[in-house]
Amino acid sequence: MATHTLSVLVENSPGVLARIASLFSRRGYNIDSLAVGPTENPDISRMTIVIDVDDHALEQVIAQLDKLIDVINTDRLDPITSVQRELLLVKVNTTPETRSQVLETVQLFRAKVVDVAQDAVTIEATGNAEKIQALLRVLEPYGIKELVQSGLVAMERGLKPGKGK
Amino acid sequence: MNMTSNENVTGAQSLVKSLEHVGVDVMFGIPGGAILPAYDPIFDSKIRHILVRHEQGAGHAATGYAQVTGRVGVCIATSGPGATNLVTPLADAQMDSVPMVAITGQVNSTSIGTDAFQEADIRGITMPVTKHNFLVTNAKDIPHAIASAFHIASTGRPGAVLVDIAKDALVNKTTFDFPASINLAGYQPKLQPNDGDIRDAARLIAESTQPVLYVGGGIIKANASKELMKLAELTGAPVVTTLMALGAFPDSHPQHLGMPGMHGTVAAVTALQKADLLITLGARFDDRVTGKLSTFAPNAKIIHADIDPAEIGKLRRVDVPLVGDLKNTIDALLPALKAEFKKSQPDIGNWVNQVNGWRKTYPLGYDHPADGALSPQYVIERLGKIAGPEAIYVAGVGQHQMWASQFVQYERPRSWLNSGGLGTMGYAVPAAMGAKVGAPDRTVWAIDGDGCFQMTNQELTTCALNGIPIKVAIINNESLGMVRQWQSLFYNERYSNTDLHSKRIPDFAKLGEAMGCVGLRAETRDEVDAVIEKAMSINDQPVVVDFSVHRDAMVWPMVAAGTSNDSITLARSLAPVWDSQEL
Repeated sequence: MATHTLSVLVENSPGVLARIASLFSRRGYNIDSLAVGPTENPDISRMTIVIDVDDHALEQVIAQLDKLIDVINTDRLDPITSVQRELLLVKVNTTPETRSQVLETVQLFRAKVVDVAQDAVTIEATGNAEKIQALLRVLEPYGIKELVQSGLVAMERGLKPGKGK
Repeated sequence: MNMTSNENVTGAQSLVKSLEHVGVDVMFGIPGGAILPAYDPIFDSKIRHILVRHEQGAGHAATGYAQVTGRVGVCIATSGPGATNLVTPLADAQMDSVPMVAITGQVNSTSIGTDAFQEADIRGITMPVTKHNFLVTNAKDIPHAIASAFHIASTGRPGAVLVDIAKDALVNKTTFDFPASINLAGYQPKLQPNDGDIRDAARLIAESTQPVLYVGGGIIKANASKELMKLAELTGAPVVTTLMALGAFPDSHPQHLGMPGMHGTVAAVTALQKADLLITLGARFDDRVTGKLSTFAPNAKIIHADIDPAEIGKLRRVDVPLVGDLKNTIDALLPALKAEFKKSQPDIGNWVNQVNGWRKTYPLGYDHPADGALSPQYVIERLGKIAGPEAIYVAGVGQHQMWASQFVQYERPRSWLNSGGLGTMGYAVPAAMGAKVGAPDRTVWAIDGDGCFQMTNQELTTCALNGIPIKVAIINNESLGMVRQWQSLFYNERYSNTDLHSKRIPDFAKLGEAMGCVGLRAETRDEVDAVIEKAMSINDQPVVVDFSVHRDAMVWPMVAAGTSNDSITLARSLAPVWDSQEL
């Protein structure tokens, strides 16, 4: 098993998310993360799906996705030739003693503080999964009050545009 | 509502015009509240509407119609329970790749999501059992949805499509503007296989000394039987036809080994197991064919021709994929293969002899019960002989289905209909009704079990009232026979809830008579031919024949579920004896 990132162009039609979710559920594939959003074309949305399957199953997932009428194209994104980002919002406990250390960590990770309270700061960070995990590991000892994370979004590097099927 | 001079039809009229436009000549359905606006223009339409007695009957009738004609079958129902009653036939059609369009009424668009009377989210419900589905909430979208639905159902790998239309979309005024062509960005079926793959396939065939043509229902869907015959005769390879492919290649042809799978012939099952190459044409390595997958055809390379790219490698690793329409595929393969054979043609003589040896040693057979009771296999065999290869045989699901696949000789495509994938009990009577509507000049026999028959026989009323004279042979063993067989073999003969007592209740002949059919009965071997001849002579009414058969008859050969095809048994505890050199 290995983690794979799929970039799926879909018709922006009602029920399309349910179709994709239903396919994964019916065929027994687990979704690690899923992000949906608009594209440059208002009729088309892009889903970035992260799944943990072996290579054989990956081929089947792609073939089954392509079989859906509302799926225009499915691309497998290689982490080396694509930009992959997650968004993290995390509320970390602070005391007068630890606040400066937390802020230093924020700087090191090129994250930013988006909210400050008496006993906590809220940090926003973007990056690939490794960076986000690393940041969380460093923040953990201070005490994480609350955490929310987006699904991965990704895009092929270079000039190649997302293609139609 | 914006009324301009152009908005001269209702959504309902637009729907019926759209159906006429795509060439629908018949549909099966039942009206109800939400679909009611559509039934008013249906009243004036040249489309024949057959009023069934249960929506499930409408769905299977549409399937039967589609399977004999190759055209899209159409059924129509109202919202809520009308629509949910279509779920089984939709799943059935989708599993067997039958082109079918179901039209359902939906509550007003403004009421969707409010748990309104007779509201069911039928689009959501049918998502996993259809090729695609639509919810139409605006009258102007109806023609495009209908055009797309028929396009999707009938092209590529055929399948079931549902169009759910809100009542207000049917009522509101609109213009009728039918799209000249349909272009769906996400749906472009690949019809022509790659040249390189064709060459690779030809090369593999030219290297093989133990090839088998593994033929599935796709050959019938693609109308590629003639092309298959050319390929079979060019290669000389043994042919097996799956349950969905019976009739795709004549049973009488000397290369035909019969059906593979759980209840296939020893020759067909063993040929697949021992082959060095499977030339797979429109088949999908179903578990009922492969047995335990990891032990299936262990030495075979695989050529897999299918129009559905997702079938390639789904269950079995493929050496050469051929994605495209099967007719195009075989047409491309023939010249490539001839060119390869010019260089060198393998000698498959030994292989053919070996396969024919298995066929000779292990033919299909059955015993007449010692107590003089009627043998179900005998009934079905005689039926096939008397009704002949031009008739259409429609089976339910269970023992009678397997015997009908084994003991009727199929010589042409679209003469055998059954629920292969979903295994839907109750399929036979309504599907036979649809088949007869699609092919009124052919004799249509439903071969049904007493269990199956009691699920959907209400459609005999529809047949009687609408001049659809089908014939039904009930193979009455007063039990859920296939389940009982498994209880005999795997559950120590503990017959939990499989005894239907259907020799006592109901009286099938009387039940048939009550529904406007001729009711007949046969209980002994001498009566069989006469009662079939009698049924064959009646063409102005449906006929129901209750064949009272021996209840302990079993379907053989058998590969038990989940076991290897190598462990096929000929009868209880009786395995084939292999020549050591053959293994």
